[in-house]
Parts: sequence; structure tokens; C-alpha cells
Amino acid sequence: MALSQAEVLSGLAELVNEETGISTGDVQLDKSFSDDLDIDSISMMTIVVNAEDKFGVKIPDEEVKNLITVGDAVNFIVSANA
Amino acid sequence: MAHAKLNQSLPVAYSRIYSLGAARGDLTVTNDDVAGPIDSSDEWIRQRTGIITRRRASASVSLMDMAVEASNEAIKKAGIDPKEIGAVIFSTITHPHQTPSAAALLADLVGANPAPAYDISAACAGYCYGIAQADALVRAGVAKYVLVVGGEKLSDFIDPTDRTISFLLGDGAGAAIVGPSGEPGISPTVWGSDGSHWDAVGMSASLLELRDGSAQWPTLRQEGQTVFRWAVWEMAKVAQQALEVAGVKAEDLSALVTHQANIRIIDELAKQLKLPESVVVARDIVTTGNTSAASIPLAMHALLESGEVKSGGLALEIGFGAGLAFGAQVVVLP
Repeated sequence: MALSQAEVLSGLAELVNEETGISTGDVQLDKSFSDDLDIDSISMMTIVVNAEDKFGVKIPDEEVKNLITVGDAVNFIVSANA
Repeated sequence: MAHAKLNQSLPVAYSRIYSLGAARGDLTVTNDDVAGPIDSSDEWIRQRTGIITRRRASASVSLMDMAVEASNEAIKKAGIDPKEIGAVIFSTITHPHQTPSAAALLADLVGANPAPAYDISAACAGYCYGIAQADALVRAGVAKYVLVVGGEKLSDFIDPTDRTISFLLGDGAGAAIVGPSGEPGISPTVWGSDGSHWDAVGMSASLLELRDGSAQWPTLRQEGQTVFRWAVWEMAKVAQQALEVAGVKAEDLSALVTHQANIRIIDELAKQLKLPESVVVARDIVTTGNTSAASIPLAMHALLESGEVKSGGLALEIGFGAGLAFGAQVVVLP
């Protein structure tokens, strides 16, 4: 069953929290992983791999650099999962 | 017409690592020393890599100097005559001559002339490739003892302004003597390559591009995220396979000695393997940096010297890097 944007945001926020300790409430669609949340490239890749497992999607390496904001990641996962 | 019956080498049952030797660059280079050209800081480097200092060699100290020092220690500790060495295998990507090999000169300098000698280009997997070949040569009866060296002077091939890999790198050489054994001492090796990611780690340009003036002096580069994903999640599978083919479980290990690429890779890989707390995880990178093919023997040597692990225990060693290439085996600690 396709996941809603809210479901993916909530699940992704949990993954971000597990990797970095950032509060789930701070993980919002318009936030930049790098500039706003201060997530480095290695933590980002850990979150990506865990998101693949959690949502059952593939996020290729070349796609990761396009995931600037939380919203970019949520939208990619929602589309890939549809 | 029947031909004369050939002699073939008679196999021996088992092999093991007899001894290790180590040599690190003579200079201790701090994060503050390398932070300026990459607009970074000690804190940023520690957080992303775990490195506090890296060892680099002075201009007057060559790759061969470090390889000879490490080899002489290993030969002495093995208690063998260097004339008994039946092959010299040198894993390196920083020998500055296309040909002849670094191994042939090393063999001569350590008293192993006229042993067959050749280099391996498998980057950070090179030491494990060397141990795999040494194990095979010894058990096939081709060589009684094999000298395996992983050595690099990476500081000759770095760009101080590169933020992808240069600031991680150090210089050193690690050596091992492999020989026949009454008991199993080296498990089957799980090894391979994935050339579909040939560009993920490597040199910024070829020597032909340098000659033609279209490139500067080639230096190391990597696509960090691609390498990180492969080094952790794919290598966790390889490490698991190595345990399976060795017939041992994680709790049987004394140590996990990975290629010392980055502390974040080492820690995440150890986490994926769900190692019990009794297994010592080598973190030589903290004070040595990433020394490519040298990093596994240097890290294992450090664990033995500090007494954190004992001779006779089991260690899973896994190398991974440019190629992409990987190799893993379980060994009895010398």
C-alpha cells in the first residue's frame, strides 16, 4: 500500500533521530539536511540505507545528492513507493 | 607415445602467519596541520574520520625504506633465514616506478634474492589479497615461506586542498611471513572486485594526461558516499561470508581488523556484524591515519604490541578499496 507524505515524514524523522539525536519535531519538510540540520554526508548515507530498508525503496547513490531538503527525500520515497 | 611422468609440487595441509613487522612514517601530522587548505578544523576532521594524528614520512624516507624496516622485523620475529623465502609479494599503489616492481628490489634488500617477487595493485584490499596468495603458494608447495608486504607512501599522491580523501591519508608499511603449519592458520579468503564502481576511488588523472599537459600531478580522490555505502553494507556481507567459510562465529574472534579507512566505516561495520563486546575492534586509524594496503598489518601489529590481543587468537581481517576490490579472511594471530 502506498505511503502518505505524513507517514514517510514521520518514519524518516525517526531515522534521523536514531542516527543524529536530532528531535523528530525538528525534521520538517522545508529543512535542509546539511544547512539546517547539520547532517554530514556519512550520516546522510546511513539514513538513506536505513530508509531503503524501512520503506522498501531503492535510493541510488546518484540520487542522494539531489536530496537537499527533508521534503526532497520524502517526495522521492513516496514516488518510489507508489 | 607415453611421455615421461612429471614431478609436481607436493601440497602441505595448512599455513599460518608466523610474524608481523611494522614501520610508520617518521612524522606525526596533526589535524591542525592539514585543516587550513581544506578550510576545516581539528573538530570537523575528528568527527568525520576519527583521526587525531596521521603518520607521514619525510621526503628523505622512501616507501622502500619503510618496507625494508617492516620486513626485517617480520623475518627476525619468524626466526627464518631470508634465503628460505620462496616468494615476495608487495601490495602497493604508491611505488613510483611503473616497472620494475617494488617487490624485486625489496627481495634483494632483505636478503631474499633470488626469490620470485611481484607487486599487487589492489589498493586497500591489497594486504588481504597478498595473504590469500601466500596461503595458496605455501599450501601448494610452491614456496616454503612467503613475505607479504602492504606498504604505501600516500603523501606523495595527495592534494592538500582535496576534501574527499587526502586529509585521511598516512604512510607506512606492514609485513607478514606466511609459512607451513601443523594446524589451520588462514581460512579460505572471500575476495572479489566490482569494476562497475571503477571511478569511485582512484587517481584524479592518468600519467598520459599528465604527459600531454591536460592534467596536473595525479592525486587520490574518492566519491565518499558511494564508498561509505559499499564499505559498510556490502562489506558486512563479505565479513559474514568470511566467518561462514572459516567455520567460526563472531564470538570466536579475538579481534576485527578492518582496513583503517575511516572510524565511521569501522564502527558502522562492527555494528552491522553485531560483534560481542569481547571482540577487540582495531582503531589504529586514530593515530596512524588511512595507510591503504599497510593499514591491516599495522593495526594488527599494534594490537599485538599493546597486549590487547594475544597470539593464537582469531582475527577477522577485511580489506576494501579502489577497484573496487575486497578481500577477507580469518587468521590465527601470530
